[in-house]
Amino acid sequence: MQNFIDAYSWLNMHFLFEGLWVTIYVSVISVVLSFIIGAILGFVRYVKVKYLSMIVGFVIDLIRNLPLLLIIFFMYFGLPGTLGIRLNTVTAAIVALTVFESAMLAEIIRSGIASVDHGQMEAARSNGMTYLQAMWYIILPQALRRMVPPIVSQFVSLVKDSSLATIILLPELMYHAQIIYGQNSNYMIPMFVALAVLYFAICFLLSRLSRALAKRLK
Amino acid sequence: MITILTDHWADLVAGLRITLSASLLALLGSLIIGVIFALFVISPLKPLRVIGNIYVEIFRNIPLLVVALFFYIVIPQFVVQIDGFTAGTIGLTIYTSAFIAETVRAGIESVDIGQMEAARSNGMTYLQAMGYIVLPQAIKIVIPPLGNQFVNLVKNSSVLAFLAGFDLMYQANLIVSSTLKTTDTYLAVGLLYLLMTMPLSYLMRYLEKRWAKQPAND
Repeated sequence: MQNFIDAYSWLNMHFLFEGLWVTIYVSVISVVLSFIIGAILGFVRYVKVKYLSMIVGFVIDLIRNLPLLLIIFFMYFGLPGTLGIRLNTVTAAIVALTVFESAMLAEIIRSGIASVDHGQMEAARSNGMTYLQAMWYIILPQALRRMVPPIVSQFVSLVKDSSLATIILLPELMYHAQIIYGQNSNYMIPMFVALAVLYFAICFLLSRLSRALAKRLK
Repeated sequence: MITILTDHWADLVAGLRITLSASLLALLGSLIIGVIFALFVISPLKPLRVIGNIYVEIFRNIPLLVVALFFYIVIPQFVVQIDGFTAGTIGLTIYTSAFIAETVRAGIESVDIGQMEAARSNGMTYLQAMGYIVLPQAIKIVIPPLGNQFVNLVKNSSVLAFLAGFDLMYQANLIVSSTLKTTDTYLAVGLLYLLMTMPLSYLMRYLEKRWAKQPAND
């Protein structure tokens, strides 16, 4: 018990929350970027532009089938040798997460649009709407309803996956916890409990939010 | 990239073997645990339902890295000496079992409730009806998402690199530190990962499409 009280000293908690802040900060930026990029890529894949959609689709499949850890390593250690660009840890983590998650989101968004019945588009078109009008006013609102739960669970994955960036020494929650229990091995269990509670709190809140949102859209 | 593959072929194959065996073992373990917890979640007994839901929610919302590091760092300190491979495989099993439980639960619930009622009114017990009538029908719905879980397992097994698990990702980093050829090594290793994951995920997509066209119980 004393271990817990010592481990959760004001100083350690402050340090831990500094890490939590980096986790949230990196996750939010990556969520926003990957949603925008994923939506564009998913749409391009859906509309089947000759060659372009095929290439985009293949690249999306390649990225989806690679371990995120490999992409993180590549962005941090590989880019200097490939393109001569040296990213700092925060940027490398954001770029890697964005690349990986936008591929995941693109596939969710494509299949969401594809799941809307064909008749909807035909009916809208024959009522005089243009393709884009029909897409925007008729198809996307219906698709969005189905997409919300998988998109949010992808965001939950992103928050969890951001812990992998501890390997390039991104000063996020996981990394800060490791530093604390690295100084005193008595703090190991308290730190793992704190990690579990903090990650759980964020992710559980997010998934509850998605459930509420999905209900409301119905 | 070719030289990396030829010069370090033995190391890479050793890594591949570890990656595949960790993934297969974890798939087997998480299938068993996942089905048990799925049955808990849908069981008519409230205490079982509560236990099932708590298990699933906890492990879906905590990063894999936290679970795996817990077994690698905390368990040897207090309970029993285990190596990185074992710790990683246990972590993968527990983490994945929560997702499999969700998949299996959704599969079981998609089987018409009349099937269970009909079986029960023909004199079967709950477990008989579940085992002989409901689960066999759920299997077809569950196979594509389970295949995708295996793809995820192969990718996620890269956390073994954090635990000195000697998997493919770990070998990649060893090669990088001895040759300093970051780009070539990560591309070569990425290619090896894709060889494992791409064919399977395309097969699952094909099965999903094909089986979606016919009713689940034929």
